[in-house]
Amino acid sequence: MCLAVPGRVVEIREEDGTRMGKVDFGGVIKDVCLAYLPDLQEGEYTIVHVGFALQRLDEESARQSLELYRKLGALEEEFGDQWGLAAQQAGERRPPGTEWGAAQ
Amino acid sequence: MKYLDEFSDPELAKHLVGQIHATATKPWSMMEVCGGQTHTIVRHGIDQLLPDGVQMIHGPGCPVCVTPLEIIDKALEIASQPGVIFCSFGDMLRVPGSGRDLFRIKSEGGDVRVVYSPLDALRLAQENPDRQVVFFGIGFETTAPPNAMTVYQAKKLGIPNFSLLVSHVRVPPAIEAIMQSPDCRVQGFLAAGHVCSVMGTAEYPELADRYRVPIVVTGFEPLDILAGILRTVTQLERGEHVVENAYQRAVRDEGNPAAKAMLEDVFETTDRSWRGIGMIPRSGWRLSERYREWDAEYRFQVRDIATEESTICRSGEVLQGQIKPHECAAFGTLCTPRNPLGATMVSSEGACAAYYLYRRLQTPAAAGTGAVSSGD
Ligand code: SF4
Repeated sequence: MCLAVPGRVVEIREEDGTRMGKVDFGGVIKDVCLAYLPDLQEGEYTIVHVGFALQRLDEESARQSLELYRKLGALEEEFGDQWGLAAQQAGERRPPGTEWGAAQ
Repeated sequence: MKYLDEFSDPELAKHLVGQIHATATKPWSMMEVCGGQTHTIVRHGIDQLLPDGVQMIHGPGCPVCVTPLEIIDKALEIASQPGVIFCSFGDMLRVPGSGRDLFRIKSEGGDVRVVYSPLDALRLAQENPDRQVVFFGIGFETTAPPNAMTVYQAKKLGIPNFSLLVSHVRVPPAIEAIMQSPDCRVQGFLAAGHVCSVMGTAEYPELADRYRVPIVVTGFEPLDILAGILRTVTQLERGEHVVENAYQRAVRDEGNPAAKAMLEDVFETTDRSWRGIGMIPRSGWRLSERYREWDAEYRFQVRDIATEESTICRSGEVLQGQIKPHECAAFGTLCTPRNPLGATMVSSEGACAAYYLYRRLQTPAAAGTGAVSSGD
């Protein structure tokens, strides 16, 4: 949960008066709140934690981290099927209504 | 040195390990505060690359592990109420409360949902005006600004059916508590990089000075950790105790001013008990008076609750670096990720889970079967 993943800002917009954007984490694109980095620009890299951009990052270190996280399977843990993971750990069936891909 | 091949840059790793060996002339013990760092250290066997006597002590920095049982039980109670949509990060699903967990509540028909961001929970509240949506807000200084912003938004947009069950903890008071403990063995700290991305480094010089410990702000990748260890050992050998930033690509001295301002607006510091450790003065945040309406503890009247902790689990000692996970008699036998007795066996950032995942052959139980290794 404490993992903060680097990504590249691909879109910036206003939503309900708040700076929001889309960030690309090596292929996975997520909505991210950019309010804490008011001068972050499209194309720049940032560290994102639970949907919030918290600090700028340079491109080179962002790429290296992403590559490493991908290798370690950390991106899957961050963005993947959490109920499936928990069910697997518990050695039980996933609870109804948590089918992967369905609105959970 | 078999592990070195697994580093992203084995040559650099080898160089750093060599430097650490060349620098250390005495035994030293240092603590990595953050559970993410513990995970990296155990996964890559970094502690086994260090010179004899140079030791990593695993710290209390796993947010899932230190969330007090009382709050977990409150979460479980709220989540089982009809009409409630209870939202959480996935790693809280299997944390044992007094007898059950969120996974069980979902299986029994409770509406528990996993979200990626607290803003997802706020959106659910907007989409379901006839339901109460509660978000489980735990974590250190890195997770607190997102949760603060979410409550700020709920207030600004006037979303009455959203609330936050909040149990945030702060690192500097924990460092202080560890240093004040009579059997403290910690001589230096690797401070948690992403906490400092938000908070900056201003809180640390005073601690480094008062307790005469080096504090090195460190990242999470294997090479970051080796670099952090090298800087700490170098200071210890020279008899220095200053704050160094070994994670400059993500940490500025001033941290993130916008996030800090939001924290100040939405939260106030409070005493907080840490699971397994006990109360640490001023170590937590709760919603300030102005945001009380969005505080789930008030909304659901779950303020007094009886809890029952496992009598076997020694996670408190694990979290304070007093024992290593496999020194707990239940490790790998009574207690496994499938049937965790303590939160430290649940989260991948918990020391027990990290040892179980990456060192399972080194359990005392396995040693008994002759299946083993030299231990550590
Ligand atoms: S192994 Fe299990 S019972 Fe022992 S300290 Fe860790 S979590 Fe607690």
